[in-house]
Amino acid sequence: MLATRALTYQYPGGEQLTFPDISCARGETWLLLGDSGSGKTTLLQLLAGLRTPGSGEVVVDNQVLGQLSGSDLDRFRGKQLGIIFQTAHFVRSVSVAENLALAQRLAGNAVDHDRIQQLLDQLSIGNKADAAPAALSVGQQQRAAIARAIINQPSVILADEPTSALDDANTHRVIDLLREQAAAVNATLLIVTHDNRLTRIIDQQIRL
Amino acid sequence: MNLIRLAWKNLTYKPLNALLGILLFALSVGLVSLLLSLRKQADEQFDANLAGVNLVVGAKGSPLNLVLNSMYHLGYPNGNVSLGEVRAFLNPRHPLIEAALPLSLGDGYRGYRIVGTVPDILDWYGAEIGRGEVWQHDFEVVVGPNVVANTGLKMGDTFRSAHGIVDEGEDAMEHEGEFKVVGILAESGTVLDDVILTTNPTYWHTHDHGGGAEDHQEDDHADHDHDDHEHADHADHNHVGGIQQLLEAAEDKELTSILVRYKGINARTMSFARNINDNTDLLAAEPPYQINEVRRQFDNGQRILRILVIAIIIVSALSIFISLFSSLRDRRYELAMLRVMGSGRGGLFGLIVLEGLFVAAIGALAGLLLSHGILAVMANNIRDDFRYQLDAWRFLPEEGWMFLGALALGFLAAVIPAIQAARTDIGETLTEG
Repeated sequence: MLATRALTYQYPGGEQLTFPDISCARGETWLLLGDSGSGKTTLLQLLAGLRTPGSGEVVVDNQVLGQLSGSDLDRFRGKQLGIIFQTAHFVRSVSVAENLALAQRLAGNAVDHDRIQQLLDQLSIGNKADAAPAALSVGQQQRAAIARAIINQPSVILADEPTSALDDANTHRVIDLLREQAAAVNATLLIVTHDNRLTRIIDQQIRL
Repeated sequence: MNLIRLAWKNLTYKPLNALLGILLFALSVGLVSLLLSLRKQADEQFDANLAGVNLVVGAKGSPLNLVLNSMYHLGYPNGNVSLGEVRAFLNPRHPLIEAALPLSLGDGYRGYRIVGTVPDILDWYGAEIGRGEVWQHDFEVVVGPNVVANTGLKMGDTFRSAHGIVDEGEDAMEHEGEFKVVGILAESGTVLDDVILTTNPTYWHTHDHGGGAEDHQEDDHADHDHDDHEHADHADHNHVGGIQQLLEAAEDKELTSILVRYKGINARTMSFARNINDNTDLLAAEPPYQINEVRRQFDNGQRILRILVIAIIIVSALSIFISLFSSLRDRRYELAMLRVMGSGRGGLFGLIVLEGLFVAAIGALAGLLLSHGILAVMANNIRDDFRYQLDAWRFLPEEGWMFLGALALGFLAAVIPAIQAARTDIGETLTEG
């Protein structure tokens, strides 16, 4: 599960953001909606432990992020949080499968080659396992990024604007894929977006 | 997929980025290693062949040349001196001289020098007869193990000498008289491994100077059946006397030089060389002094090279720094992704440092291989030209330190980029585009 309590963030410039409390149960899908500049991205970073809140706390799978520090937080993030960014980035020097293996290793898990191949097969990019990430099409890269986000069976999946560049048909496919994969590992899925098309698909919404 | 493997993959992903750093490291480490090995092995060879010689006496000319020629069998002799001029040095009752070795030089066989001397030389150099026996009669030779290895001479073989030292092949001017191999030296690690030893008077037979009219005529007429004749001829000179024989020989017989050991170093020996040089037609040279002169020259040359090497080392460290630093910008997304995937700041620091270390390590190893490869090529040429045995694949402890030094430099060059990488603001980086 994913929850926040009285979360604020202090920008270095002086402006302060206050966020509404969130409480998303395990297995649920939520939309985080807001216009540009509303602080969506900042909230995503706070939820992922990529930024430190000014006050309040973020709870992921019963763990208060603020209580973790340094490499413990990094490892926790690797294990419990799957993050899909708007643009997919990979370690370019190693293959798609090795990127997933790296994700397992860095999260402190054992490398499971069978699971990696299975997951890539499920996402219809099994034949790209040994390809360099740069050799994949944009759509394939997005699938590979989804595979990497869920490889460690995280309790929370955060997706940042996954559909902003897609047409309606592909938007549906990607959202279905995300929900399907989140359900497969029983994770909370939080989609951060300004794309109002998604409000017709996903009921549970948080507005900033 | 651990950090070491990832660092390696990153390096091989864009090998050109690392290539310059590797080349520069290889060049600097290779140069230092080459100079060190040459210097070290040259020192050892010089020292192994000092043989306790305090003084070399020969014909006027360059003192360094006299030492190099008489002790290391390099270059050409200054010329000969007559026995009459130098007999005093050979006298066992000389107040300053403990022992003296008369040398007759100038001829060779297939590039190996024939040294006319007395068997005492074996004791001077700590060499021993490996097979056969010591040379006693004229035209009997004992050959060094390296001569055997490279000419195929065997016990009992006979050959003719050539005038001059360089192997001139078919054009060589051959001397009359057949040499016979009566012994082979055990390897001593000294210059004796590379020479052919015989008696001093053998030179008098092959070179007519001072030989008298009698020898002349014999040589002129002996062309056709020299075997019998020469054996008879040699029999006349079969005094097994070593130095004693030289003390008794005619004044106008010639030697090339004399190696001298003092009884002890004192005020008289200190001025002995100068007295000889000032008051006689002879040249006296002190080997340690001359060898130090060679070393000084070598060091002078090295000093300039050292500046060059230091410059290359600095540039090689800079090139690692620049290539890592500029790659950070390219790789900021993947570095941030590594953090998202669970790597701590320490992991990113380690990754970049490892990449720097890899470049330094590969460069240093390549440099050592390069240097010893060059030594191996040089060894073949040097052996023939300089009687200088180079053990190309001998690694010095200093080279181990150089390798560690290269790693330290690689670490230093990588530290700032690594800190920069560890500081990557992941949130900022990954949400910017």
